Amino acid sequence: MKHPLALLALLAATAAGAETPRGLLDTYAAEAASRTPGFQASARRGADFFGRRFGVSEKMPACVSCHTEDPAQAGRHAITGKDIKPLAPRANPARFTDAAKAEKWFGRNCGEVVGRPCSAAEKADLLRFLAEGA
Amino acid sequence: MKTALCALLLAAGLPLSARADRLPLPADAPPAYAAECGSCHLAFPPALLAAADWRRVMAGLDRHYGDNAALDADTARVIGDFLARHGGNADRYANAGTPPRLTATAWFQRKHRKVPSPLWQDARVRSAANCSACHPQAEQGRYGERDIALPELRHRREH
Repeated sequence: MKHPLALLALLAATAAGAETPRGLLDTYAAEAASRTPGFQASARRGADFFGRRFGVSEKMPACVSCHTEDPAQAGRHAITGKDIKPLAPRANPARFTDAAKAEKWFGRNCGEVVGRPCSAAEKADLLRFLAEGA
Repeated sequence: MKTALCALLLAAGLPLSARADRLPLPADAPPAYAAECGSCHLAFPPALLAAADWRRVMAGLDRHYGDNAALDADTARVIGDFLARHGGNADRYANAGTPPRLTATAWFQRKHRKVPSPLWQDARVRSAANCSACHPQAEQGRYGERDIALPELRHRREH
């Protein structure tokens, strides 16, 4: 709520109902830039984040625990064994086309795996990595 | 006993879908059920756990079998009401344990008594909650023995 403009942009995008991964990336990048002037999303940092072992959760220590090292491949839930469709929009165009859904899963998974909410900068970096590869 | 039950079902005019190997989701399942509960595991047939046990599950979503599955209050109410409406018979699905697991109930254990225990840890299965590993048409509510995917289990049935 510290950045009403970014929040407004996100809500406006939600109201439009047809977001794109690029649009979400831009929204997160703009929010990050409002805190860190000159911020540019980095696929390299996104890849590092995606592969990092946070170790907060025993069964889900990292993003790759469920989504595998290659987010363009199908994953598998580390606890239930359920198949997970590819996370990368380049492999699964349905990904990151709903801002509210993206926020819900960032909320759940960042809390579970990272142990805290993810920053807008981390989300922007991750989205660039998922969209473009490292 | 089984014959008597079949006769009773026939007498009651129940459709085939009422048989235990057919467990489709009730038609009034709210979209949130598949969206919220069906993302990390199969959207389980609500009849496989008693309503009181579903209430216990819904009361502890922030500590959900090793994962945080917390929902906003409105979504939790819609899903909780649905599960309470369709929860199964408390005797048949007794002994779900704490936290309640539909894989621990008397019914589930009886139905799976011939499954060799190492198979539950098999890489293809990983969890007893992974219904689709052995029942590939579970999402369509089909759990018939003929559909079982793992060859070892098919073999076991034939002998």
